[in-house]
Amino acid sequence: MESIARLLQFIPRYDALPGIVRALLPVLVSCVVIFAALAIAVLFAVWLERKVSAHIQDRLGPMYVGGWHGWAQTLADALKLLLKEDIVPASADRLLYKMAPFIVFLGAFAAFVVVPFGASSFVSDLNIGVLYIVAVGSLSVIGIIMAGWASNNKYSLYGGMRAAAQIISYEIPSTIAIMTVIIPVGSLSMVDIVNAQKGGIQHWFLFRNPFIFLAFIVYFIASLAEVNRTPFDIPEAESELVAGYHTEYSGMRFAFFFLAEYANMFLVASVATTLFLGGWTQIIPASIVPQLVPGPILFFLKVLVIIFLQMWLRWSLPRLRVDQLMYLSWKVLLPISLVLVLSVGWLAVYW
Amino acid sequence: MLNYFKNLGLGSVTVLKSMGVAWRHLFTRSVTLQYPTEKWTMPERSRARLFNKIEDCIGCGQCVRACPTNCITIKTEKRGKDEPEIFASDGTAIKLRTLTYDIDMALCCYCGLCTFSCPTHCLTMTGEYEYSVYDKDEHIYHFAEDKLATSKAPKEKVEIA
Amino acid sequence: MEVDYSGDVMTLNMGPQHPSTHGVLRLELKTDGEIVADAIPHIGYLHRCFEKHVENVDYPAVVPYTDRMDYCAAMNMELGYVLAVEKLMGIQVNNRVRCIRIIMAELDRIASHLIAAGTYGNDIGSFTPFLWCFRDRETILDLFEETCGARLLYNYNWIGGLMYDLKPGFEKRLIEFIDYFEPQVDKLNTLLSDNYIFIKRTAAVGILSPETAISYGVTGPNLRGSGVKFDVRKDEPYLGYQDIDFEIPVGKGEYGPLGSCWDRYMVRIREVKESCKIIRQAVAQLTPGDVHESIPKRVKPPAGDIYMRTECPRGELGYYIVSDGSLKPYRLKVKSPCFTVMSAFREVSRGTMISDVVAILGSFDIVLGEIDR
Repeated sequence: MESIARLLQFIPRYDALPGIVRALLPVLVSCVVIFAALAIAVLFAVWLERKVSAHIQDRLGPMYVGGWHGWAQTLADALKLLLKEDIVPASADRLLYKMAPFIVFLGAFAAFVVVPFGASSFVSDLNIGVLYIVAVGSLSVIGIIMAGWASNNKYSLYGGMRAAAQIISYEIPSTIAIMTVIIPVGSLSMVDIVNAQKGGIQHWFLFRNPFIFLAFIVYFIASLAEVNRTPFDIPEAESELVAGYHTEYSGMRFAFFFLAEYANMFLVASVATTLFLGGWTQIIPASIVPQLVPGPILFFLKVLVIIFLQMWLRWSLPRLRVDQLMYLSWKVLLPISLVLVLSVGWLAVYW
Repeated sequence: MLNYFKNLGLGSVTVLKSMGVAWRHLFTRSVTLQYPTEKWTMPERSRARLFNKIEDCIGCGQCVRACPTNCITIKTEKRGKDEPEIFASDGTAIKLRTLTYDIDMALCCYCGLCTFSCPTHCLTMTGEYEYSVYDKDEHIYHFAEDKLATSKAPKEKVEIA
Repeated sequence: MEVDYSGDVMTLNMGPQHPSTHGVLRLELKTDGEIVADAIPHIGYLHRCFEKHVENVDYPAVVPYTDRMDYCAAMNMELGYVLAVEKLMGIQVNNRVRCIRIIMAELDRIASHLIAAGTYGNDIGSFTPFLWCFRDRETILDLFEETCGARLLYNYNWIGGLMYDLKPGFEKRLIEFIDYFEPQVDKLNTLLSDNYIFIKRTAAVGILSPETAISYGVTGPNLRGSGVKFDVRKDEPYLGYQDIDFEIPVGKGEYGPLGSCWDRYMVRIREVKESCKIIRQAVAQLTPGDVHESIPKRVKPPAGDIYMRTECPRGELGYYIVSDGSLKPYRLKVKSPCFTVMSAFREVSRGTMISDVVAILGSFDIVLGEIDR
C-alpha cells in the first residue's frame, strides 16, 4: 500500500484534499487492484479447471470461444450469467437471500489484505497476519448458512447445514497445522514468515523438517474441506442435493458464489505457498543467481502448482459421506496435527 | 488401534494410486470429434432419414402395413386402361397412380421395417441426420410428385461419402 | 434401525427430475436429520402403455417396441421376445444366427454394465470413470452401427433370424476391441473399485441379505451380489449357452457384510470380463450361413401361451405371450427385473443416510423404461 500511496501523490492538488480522503484513498485503490487481480485470476482458474478435467477425462474442453483453446470461455459464461433473469423465490427471506453471496465472497476477499505477493507488494503488514486470515476466512460459513436458510428449500437447507458442520470442523486441524510453521518463526506476521524462508529451496519450511512436511499435507487436506472441493464437496454434492446451498441462485448471484469458491481456493493456495513453499522467494538462493523473475510472478506460479494439485484431486477421487468427513477431521487430522505441533515444539526446544 | 493405522495406510495408498491413473490420462490423446468442423462418416447401413424414389413406387402399401407407428399414408387410384404402361426401374409394372405418399418423420421410429418390405426397394434409409425444422408440420414429407417441390422431403438420395 | 415417526421427520422429495435417480423416479424420503426413516418409491412417470400398444401391431413390428423398454440393453430385450415367439412357433435357427445373437447380447451386456459403472461413479462423486466407460462404450456402439445402422435402438433380432448379416472384417474388429478393452477394466478398478473412499462409501451400505433377496424375487447381479449363485444362462440355458465355458461371479463380502453395494457393483465389473470370454468363444464357434434362412413369410403362431426367460443385464427378463392364432399378439406381459428390485428398495434403505440412498439406488442399476414400460 505504500507504493500506491506514493503513486497517488502524483494526482494534481492531492495535498488539498481533506485528510480523511487522503487516508482512505490508498485503501480503496488497493481493494480495487486486489479485486481486479482476483477476478482475472479466477477467470484463468475456471478455464484451467475445465481444461484439466477435460484432459483427464480424454476429451478436449473449451476449444472455440476466443480462438486458441477457448481461453475466453469463462468471459462468455460470466456475460451469460449477467444477462440472466434475477429470480428471488417468492417465499425466500429477501434480505438474507441477497446478502449471502456477498458475505461468502467477503470471507475470501478480505483475507488477501495480508498476503505478501512480493518483497514490498502487500497491502498491509499486520503483525497478527496469520490470525487475521484464519479469523476472516471463517466468515464465509455465515454466508453459506444464510444462503441455505434463506432459499426456503429443503435441499439448500441440507447443503447449508452440512457446509457449516464441515467448515468449522476442518478449521481446527488447519489452524493447528499452521501453528507448526509459527513455532520456528516466532511471529504471526506473514512478511516475517516469508523472510524466514529466504535463501533457496532448502530454507522453505516444507523441506526443513519432516514434521512440517506432514503438517503441509494436513493443511492441504483441511483446506480442501474449507473450500468445499471434492472429495469434500458434500455441501454442493451435485448428485444428491441438486446443487446444495446455491440451488435457488441464478444469474449474477450464482456467479458470485462461483467467484467466491475460486477466490477461496486462491486464498488457501496463497496461504499454503506463503507458509510452506517460501512465498515469493526463489528456488536457487539469491546469492548464486540474482532475482530475475519478479516476486509476484514466482508467487503466482507456486500458487498455480497448488491449485493444479487441488484440481487433480477433484477429478480422481469420489466424495466422502458426511459422517466419514467428520471422522476424518476429528479422529484423524486433529490427533495427527496435535502430535506434529508437539514434535515441532520439542525440536525447537532441544535442537 | 492397529486397524486405525492400517486403514490410514490403505486409504493413502489407494488414493495415490487413483491419482496416478488420472495423471497418466492427462497425457493420452483425447477422443473428441469436433463437430461441426469434423464429421463422422456414417456407415453404409445407417438408418436415418427416409427417402422414397417415387418413380419406382408401385403403390402396394406394404410399407404402411409393416410400420409399427402408422407414420406412412398412401392414397392411390387405378391407372386407366388407355394410359401408356409404365414400369419401375427393376421392371415391375406400375398399375396404380400414387396420389398421396406422406411419411411423418416425427412419428417414425427408425426401425427400417418399411424398407425391407418394399418390393421394388424404392424406399430406403439414408445417412442424413441434419434435417431439423422449426415447425413440426414440415416433418411430414410429401413424396407424391405434385407436392414434392414444396415439401421438406429429400428430392434425391444423398449417397454416403 | 427403529425410528420414531412422531419426531421431527421432514419429507424430502427426490423428485422425478433429479441428477441421480437414473430416470424419472420419485423417491419420497422421510428424513430425521441425515437419517432416512422411510424411502417410498413412486413410479409410473415413464409409462407408455407398451403392453397395450403391442396388441395392435404384427409380431415382427413388436421388436422396435421391446427395444424401447430397457434402452441401455436393447439387444437383450429383443432377444427375449424373439426367443419366446420362436419357441411358440417351433422355429429352429441355424448356427450362425445363434452365435451372432450370443455375440450381440454379450456386447450389449458389456455396454449396459459400463453405463451402470460410469453412472454409479458419478453418483458417488467420482466424475472421471463415467467418461472413460462411455469412451469404451462408443467403440461397441460403432460396432453395432456398422452392423445394423443404429446405435441404441437396434431392431436387429428378428423372429427367425437377424436383420443383416455381419459385415466382412467384423470378427477382426471385435477381437481387437476385446483385446484393447480387458486392460481398461483393470484401470477402472484401480481408479474406482479399489479406491478406499469408494469402498467406505459402498461396502457397508445397502445390505441385501440372500433371504430377503430371494423372498422379494430379485434376480441378476443384484441377487448374485448377495451370494446366491443363480443365472438363467446356466440354470435354464438357451441359445446354446450350455456349450460355452464361463463363470458366474458372485459377491463374497470382501470389504464388508455380504450383499452390500460394493458386492453388487463388483459382480457387474467381473461379469464384463466373463462376457469378453463368452464373446471370444462365440466368435470361434461362428460358421458361415444365411441369417434370413428361417424367417417366416408371415408370423402367425398357433394359439397358446408361453413364458420365456432370458438373462438380461439387469436380471431375469420374462416374456409371457398369449396367442390366439392371429397376426397380432393377444396379450404380451413382461416380467421386468428392475421392477422387482425396486420393491426391495424400501426395506434396504431404511435407516441409512441420504448419501447412502443415492448409493443404494445406483447399485441396483435400474432403468425406468423397463420398470414403467
